[in-house]
Amino acid sequence: MYRVQAGGTSYAFSTLKELLAKATPPRSGDVLAGIAATSAAENVAAKMALADVPLKQFLTEAVVPYEVDDVTRLIIDTHDAAAFAPVAHMTVGEFRDWLLSEKATPESVSALAPGLTPEMVAAVSKIMRNQDLVLGARKAHVITKFRNTIGLPGHMSVRLQPNHPTDDKKGIAASIVDGLMYGCGDAVIGINPASDNITAITDLLQMMDDIIGRFEIPTQSCVLTHVTTTIDAIGKGAPVDLVFQSIGGTEAVNASFGVTLAHLKEGREAALSIKRGTVGNNCMYFETGQGSALSADAHHGADQQTLEARAYAVARQFKPLLVNTVVGFIGPEYLYNGKEIIRAGLEDHFCGKLLGLPMGCDVCYTNHAEADQDDMDILLMMLGAAGVTFIMGIPGADDIMLNYQSTSFHDALYVREALGLKRAPEFEAWLSRIGVTDTTGHLAPHGPGNPLLTHAQGMAA
Amino acid sequence: MTTDPWANLRQFTDARIGLGRSGAAMPTREVLNFALSHAMARDAVTTPLDWAPIEQGLQALGLETLRINSATHDRSEYLRRPDLGRRLSPEAREALQRASEEASSKPDLVVLVGDGLSSMGVAANVVPMMSAFLDHVRHAGWQLGPVLLADDARVALGDEAGEILGAKAVLVLIGERPGLSSPDSLGAYLTFAPRVGRKDADRNCISNIRQRGLSYDEAAFKAAWLLREALRRGLSGVNLKDESQFQIEGQKRPELIR
Repeated sequence: MYRVQAGGTSYAFSTLKELLAKATPPRSGDVLAGIAATSAAENVAAKMALADVPLKQFLTEAVVPYEVDDVTRLIIDTHDAAAFAPVAHMTVGEFRDWLLSEKATPESVSALAPGLTPEMVAAVSKIMRNQDLVLGARKAHVITKFRNTIGLPGHMSVRLQPNHPTDDKKGIAASIVDGLMYGCGDAVIGINPASDNITAITDLLQMMDDIIGRFEIPTQSCVLTHVTTTIDAIGKGAPVDLVFQSIGGTEAVNASFGVTLAHLKEGREAALSIKRGTVGNNCMYFETGQGSALSADAHHGADQQTLEARAYAVARQFKPLLVNTVVGFIGPEYLYNGKEIIRAGLEDHFCGKLLGLPMGCDVCYTNHAEADQDDMDILLMMLGAAGVTFIMGIPGADDIMLNYQSTSFHDALYVREALGLKRAPEFEAWLSRIGVTDTTGHLAPHGPGNPLLTHAQGMAA
Repeated sequence: MTTDPWANLRQFTDARIGLGRSGAAMPTREVLNFALSHAMARDAVTTPLDWAPIEQGLQALGLETLRINSATHDRSEYLRRPDLGRRLSPEAREALQRASEEASSKPDLVVLVGDGLSSMGVAANVVPMMSAFLDHVRHAGWQLGPVLLADDARVALGDEAGEILGAKAVLVLIGERPGLSSPDSLGAYLTFAPRVGRKDADRNCISNIRQRGLSYDEAAFKAAWLLREALRRGLSGVNLKDESQFQIEGQKRPELIR
C-alpha cells in the first residue's frame, strides 16, 4: 500500500501499477482503460507518493506478473545490478533531482541504461515537467551504426518515408529523389508497403538497393513489413538492410502483432548473416506507440506510458539501429489532442534514451485528433532540443498511404536551421560531394552536375 | 522562393513533392493548400453517412441488406470509445440472432459495411466494390449472408456479427481514416472463423480502395483470393500471406481460378 497526505486529504494506492497509472499526466487512453486518476488533486497526490518510492521497489513488485509475461521476465532476468548500483539507494524523486543535476554527466547517465528498468524510467518521467524530459534525455547519448553513424551529439537524422498507396515504384522513386534533394534519408529510406506480398516486398527492396548502390549513398533501406515476411525475403536472396517490426510492452500485445521474442531473434540473425552493414551491424528497426496494448486488450490494467516504456526493454535486447515512437498515429482515444501528443512524444523519447535506445519520434497526428501543424512545430522543436536521434521526412508532411500527417523534409530543414543540428557525418559528406548541400550543410543552388537531378530528368523524360 | 527543377516528377505520385521552398520553410501557397486539405479531412470525419443510396445500390445488385448499430450512442463517443464500436448494440444483436434463426443454412461469408472514419469512403466505393466482388462470389459458388450496414462501426464489429450468423468468414468494408489527399478511402478486412476476441493478427487487410487508389477489380480479386485460401487452409491473418502474385500494373481483368 502506498499512502500520502496532500492538501489535507489522505490518499492510498494499493499497488505500484495503480500508483503509476494515477500519477500519469492526463490522457484519454488511461481514461478509456478506466485506470486514470479521478481528480486533478489525486493525480498530483499520486505523483507525490511515487516520488517517495525507492527505485529498488521496482525490482520486487512487477507491474505485469512475471509468470504470465515474457517481457517482464526479460526485464527482470537481464537487469544489470552493477550498472544500477550508482542509483540503487535513490527514490524516484531523488533520481529526478540527480538526473537534472550537474553530477549527472552524459557518461554517467549513459552508463546507467542496463541497470534501469522501463518501470523506473516511466516512473521518473511521470514526475517530470516537459522541460525536465528535454534536459534529461539530452544527457543520454546513444550511437548506432550500419552504413553511417547515427546519434552523435549535435546531430539529428531523418527517415525518408516515400510511401505510395499502391506501392508504385516510379511514385516511390519520385518521393525518394525529392527527399534526397532536400537532404533527408540518413536514418533510413523506409517504405511502409501497401501490400504484404513477398514479390512486391522484394521488388521494393531491390529498387531501393539499386538507388543506394547507383548513387553510392551512405544509408540503409527498409521495407516495414512483418518480421516473418522479411525473414522469407532474406531466404529468397532479397537485399535486406534492416529488419522491421512493430512491438509492444507485453507478451499479449506482441502476440496481437503476430510476433514473439524468438521471431525477433531469428530476424536479427537472418539480417546479420548476410553482412550488409559497412560501418556497424545494428540491423533492427522497431516501431512502438502508446496505446497499442490497450488497443489489443493486452494491457493488464497498466497505464499506456509505462507499457510503452516496457516495449523499449524488448527493443534493446536486439541492438537496433533505430527505434521510432509513432506518437500521434494511434488516434484520439489514446492521445486526445496536441497537448497530450506533445507530452507523450517527450516521455517516449526520454524513456527510450535512458534505456539506451537510438530513439526517434514520428511527430504526427491524424485527422480525427484535435491537433494541427502548430502543435507538431512545438513537439519537433522540443525533441530537437532534447537530442532526438531521428524524425520522419515525408513529402509535404502528408503520408498519402498511411493517411496521417507527420514532419516534412522542410520541417527537418527548419529544426536544423533553428538548432544547428547536423546530419550523420557520412551522409552529410555525400550530400556535399554530389552538390545537394554546400560545405556548411545548407541546401545549395541546383547545379547541372548533380547526378540526382540528371536522374530525375531521365525519369520524367 | 526557390523552385524545384524536378517538380515534373509529380506526374508519378500524389505525394507533395517538388514544392519548392522559402528558405527552410514551405512556400506560402503550399502552407495554405495544406491547411485547406486538413480542414476538408476534418469535415469528412464528422459528416454523417447517408445509407439510402448504398442500400438501393446493393439491392439492385440482388443483395439483401440489414441496418445495424454498434454499442456507441453518438459520433463523439465513437471516437473516444473504440471498445463500444467493436460490439453490437442490444437491438442489433437481437436482429442478427433472429436473422440467423430464420436462415435455412449458414453462410460462407458475411459482408459488413461500416462507416468507420470516412463516410465519404463508404459512399463512394462500396457499391462498385461489391459489384466487382460478386463476380468472384458467383464463380466460386460462395453463399453470402445479408450485407450488414453498420453505423459507428470498428473493424472488430464484424467478429460478433459473423459469429452470430455462423459465417465461415467475415469481410468488413469500412471507411478508412481520411488522409489529406485521400479523404474517400475504403479498407477491406477478412477474418476467418469470426468470433468475439479475434486479434488484428487474425485478419488480412486490403487498404486504399478508391478511384485514385487500388481499383475495385484489383481489390475484389485480392479479397476473393484471400477468401478462397482462408476457406481452404482454415485460417486468416499473418499466417496467410498474400501470394496472389497479382501484378498491379498493366493487368486489367484477372481470372481468379488458375
